[in-house]
This record gives sequence, C-alpha cells and structure tokens, in this order.
Amino acid sequence: MLAFTVSRLLRAGVTILIVMTFAFVVLRLSGDPALLIMSVDAPPEAIKAFRQAWGLDRPVWDQYLTYIGHALTGDFGKSMRDGRPAIELVMERVPATLAITMPALALKIGLGIPAGIYAALHRNSFADRATMAVAVAGFTMPSFVLALLLVLVFSVNLGWLPASGADSPMYAILPIVTLGAAGAAIMARFTRSAMLEVLGQPYIRAASAKGVNWRQVITRHALPNAAIPTVTIIGFMIGSLVAGAIVVETVFAWPGIGRLMVSAVANRDLAVVQALLMVIAAWMVMANFAVDLAYGWLDPRVRASASL
Amino acid sequence: MAVPLVALRGLTVDFENGGRTSRAVDGIDIEIAPGEAMGIVGESGSGKSVTWLAALGLLPGRARIGGSARIDGQELIGAPRRLLESVRGSRIAMIFQDPSSCLNPVHRIGWQLGEALKLHRGLSGAAVDAEALRLLDQVGIADARRRLSDYPHQLSGGLNQRVMIAMALAGGPDLLIADEPTTALDATIQAQILALLGSIRRDTGMAMVLISHDLGVVAENVDRVAVMYAGRLVEEALGADLFAGARHPYTQGLLAALPALTGPRRRLAAIPGTVPDPWNVPAGCRFAPRCPIAEKRCSTEPPPVHRVGLLHRAVCHRQVEAGFSVWSLPRAAE
Repeated sequence: MLAFTVSRLLRAGVTILIVMTFAFVVLRLSGDPALLIMSVDAPPEAIKAFRQAWGLDRPVWDQYLTYIGHALTGDFGKSMRDGRPAIELVMERVPATLAITMPALALKIGLGIPAGIYAALHRNSFADRATMAVAVAGFTMPSFVLALLLVLVFSVNLGWLPASGADSPMYAILPIVTLGAAGAAIMARFTRSAMLEVLGQPYIRAASAKGVNWRQVITRHALPNAAIPTVTIIGFMIGSLVAGAIVVETVFAWPGIGRLMVSAVANRDLAVVQALLMVIAAWMVMANFAVDLAYGWLDPRVRASASL
Repeated sequence: MAVPLVALRGLTVDFENGGRTSRAVDGIDIEIAPGEAMGIVGESGSGKSVTWLAALGLLPGRARIGGSARIDGQELIGAPRRLLESVRGSRIAMIFQDPSSCLNPVHRIGWQLGEALKLHRGLSGAAVDAEALRLLDQVGIADARRRLSDYPHQLSGGLNQRVMIAMALAGGPDLLIADEPTTALDATIQAQILALLGSIRRDTGMAMVLISHDLGVVAENVDRVAVMYAGRLVEEALGADLFAGARHPYTQGLLAALPALTGPRRRLAAIPGTVPDPWNVPAGCRFAPRCPIAEKRCSTEPPPVHRVGLLHRAVCHRQVEAGFSVWSLPRAAE
C-alpha cells in the first residue's frame, strides 16, 4: 500500500508539471500580452519597457526554466494587472467557488444516488421512465439555459431570489441549484445503470436463493458493488469542485474561480491563468488519487492488485 | 411412489418481451421423494434450470409462471415473498453453474457463510465462526480458518463451489438443487465435487436435483432421470432403465451421441438440426422436425404420455420398443 501511494503521488507530480508546461507554452503561442495590456497607442518604448519588466523579451526556454524554478519555491509570478502575487489572487477566490460547488455536490449525491437506485429497483415502471426523462432533460440542457430559466422564474416572475451578485447566502441558491440539477441527473443515470448491472449478476440471484430477504439483498449485496463504479463519477465531480462553475459563476456574477479565469484569460494575465490552471490541475489530481484509494477500500480485488 | 417432498404439476413459464411471449417451460410434472436424487438432462435452453428457478420465485418479473409447485403440500407459485424467502435456503437450497460469480466479490467467505448461518440457524458471535469452520471442513476445504477471511477471487472455482455447497448446507435443506454444478470446473475437480455431493447426501439424507446437459454426469449420481427438450419433459425413468431402454427418439439420440468406453470404435452420432427457436416452436411434438420417425400427427398434435414401465414415462406418439434405437435406421435424407 505504501509503494502504491508513493507511485501515485509521483505520477500526480508529473501530471501537474505537464499541465504547467502546457499552459505556459499555449499562453505564449496565443498572443503578446504586452500589446493587449498596454493600450493600442502606447509608445514603443513603453511596450519595450513592459516586456523587459515581465521578462517577455527573453527566450521562451529561459522564461520557462525561471518560471518552473520559482514555482518550486512557491512563487507563481505576479498579476500583470495589479502586481499582486498570482497565487494569492487565485486562492482568495477559492472559498467563494466552494461555497456554491460543495452544496451543489451534496445536492448531486443526495438527489442523484437515491433517484438512480429507485429507478433501477423499479425498472421500466412509470417512476423509472419519469425519473430518467427528467435526468436526460437535466444533463442535456446547457447550464446557462437552465440558469436563465431559473432567473426568469424565481427572480423575474416570482421575485423570490436575487438574479446576480453575492451579497448574502440568498444569492447562492440559484447557482447551487443550477449546478446541482445537471450533476444530479448524471449521477442518477450512472447509479441506475451501475445498479442494474449489479442486479443482473449471478451473486444477487445466489443471495436470494440462500434465503436472504430482498431488502437485505439490495442493501448488503447489491449496493456495496454498485458503489464501485459510482465512485468514479463522484470522483469526477469532486475534481470539478474548483473549476466546474465557470459558466454558472459568469451568468450569476459570482466572484469565484470561474469568473477570475474568464477575466484573466481575456486580459492575457499570464501568471494568473497559469496559477489557476495549476491549482485546478492539482485539485483534480488529488480527487483522482482519492478515487483510487476509495476503489481499494470498496473493492477487495483492486486492493489485492495494488499491494503487488 | 412415496409421498413426494416436492411436486411440480403442469408448471409453465412464459417470458414476455415487447408484447410477444415465449413459453420456456411447458407443463412440467415432476415429483421428488424425500432423500431421492433426480437428474434433469437437456440442452441449454431446454428449460431445465428455468423450471427450478420458477419454483423458487427466482426469475425476473417479466416471467409469467403458471401451474403448481408444492413442497410438503405448501404451494410456492404465487406465494407471498415472505413465504418464498422462508423456503429458500432452509427447505430448498440451490447451487449454480459458475461458483466464482455466485459469491459476492466484496464480502469475505466467512461473512457470506455467516450470513446464511445467522439467517437459518439463528447463531451469533463466536458460534457463527465455529459452525462456519465446521461446514468448510465438511465440504473438504483444507485450512478452513484462513479461508474464512479470504475473498472469493482468492479461491479457485472448485473451492468456491465447495463454499457454495457449504452455504447451501447451512440451512439444513431437504432438497438441494444443483444447477450444472460442475460445468465451469475441470474434469478432476468435477469428479471431486460430484463425489462430495454424493457423500453429503448419504450423511444428511437430503434429496437432490442434479441439473446437467451431460448424461454421463447424471448417470452416476442419481436414482431417476428426467429428460427435457424445448421446455417439455420427453422421458422419465430410473437411471438404469433409461440407459438400457430409452424409448423417446430424443433420449436415444443423446445416448447415441455418448462415446463408448468399451467395444469397437464407432463414429459419434449427432442429432441433425437444431433446437427450435423459443419464439416459434412447432405446434405438435417439439422434437418432430428433427425426429427420424416423425409422422404427420407428430407435427400437429401434442404427444401423449405413455407409461412404458415401472416409473418409466415417454412422451411420444410413436411407441418405440425397448432396445430398438430409431437412430440405427438407414436414413432416407442422407
């Protein structure tokens, strides 16, 4: 188990390095920040001075090595906009994003899993078809459409909830519902198919043949097995806790990571975009790592192969 | 015949699919006496497993079951779930073809055995482990204590089948239905498992239904044999009678397909044709399209049951003499 953990951590480090490199290269291929940040009619000397100040006049490989070197000491550069450390700008936005994505995750799990289990146990019933119809609608609808619909109904027509901003917890409700609805739909479908797959397994019939009552066949034999594939989806969702709200934050003017990302990209604020991608990648890698550990905990077959 | 332990009367199973129904089991009559071992032989799809799954209420909801299945007079078809659950495992236990996928992969062997023991014997605490150990010992598993904390994937197929048998014994059943118990196992393990089932039967006096597509497996391990074809019973006899004097053309065909261990070498005979499509079965005798002695009425009228000897029934329009094989006739078609 120790060797497994260490090798996974090393791989995680490599993944993050690759993401940082990729972000670095792509951002430098996509345009000159000096021209975007300075006004169009800025004197050439000013532009030159800007490039010098940010090291943009040096060869790319030199910039890259400096960047990685600094990153290893925890310095991810400064925002070209206001000169504050990029990582600081990013980290101060994280709580706002988590404030909507965490409750949304709870909604996805709390609503999606029971709905999926119910649908699987009542396969082909009216309730199953209705649940799945709602689920398909839920995850095929783009989140900005749902967001606008919710605003139309609850803010414009009913006037119950504010449409945008972040002045009180009330403002978080619509973003949470928007994020949670689509995720709950995905969760419900995955749980349903995982459950149906398990219910068709010979060990379910064997447990019934043994005399175990149906409720216990479900709770003790089916659910622990269905949990294994479901964890993958939960892992994805945890992975997107930080970065998953870009559209929704933009629609609701929620001051989280997503809006910072949109404005930093639009402004070619290189250091901030890079710091954002690094934080997002690190979070996703951690989530994947957690999923791997959860697999080992849930599935003795995985545990056996991991200890080799 | 003595008072039957289990009696199936006119048992039918229909599967519904998209508005169409197919009859997988069509009017099966079988009686099992206490302590008796009966073999059920047939090709895959002949309904031999479905018959017993239906009796225990283990088929999915789209199966429609008719007729009657009784244990000691207690009707099981249409019985409430609670009653079926009280019969399963404690009166009638069942083991299956692929033991490794019949054990739950996420629970330890000891847990799964313990579940059955708590359920049927009301044991708890240390008594569960002690009894689990004794059962594993009884089914011939060496190093039983270590096996209790193993998972099914750590055991071979043969060991897993022994565990399944131990679990079936946990409830002290009156009847064990062994559904192709050795098909997924290799030949030496197969013989060991069959020997184990035989010795357990001698020790406990429980009855057994051995379902198999292999006449050889059935021959050596049961008292009586029933042969099924396309959802119907075609012949039933004491084991020795069946092998010496099969009356139904299908049974005779199965016997002709068995390799002989002694005597001159000969070509193995195969029955020409295939099993009818379950959605489109012949109106009369279901074997008629493949039968070398079929007459006109065979394809239109369902065949009658003939009592041809002591405990020997054949379901055929033609009354074939004992000792005469219809497959030895020169074949016009060839």
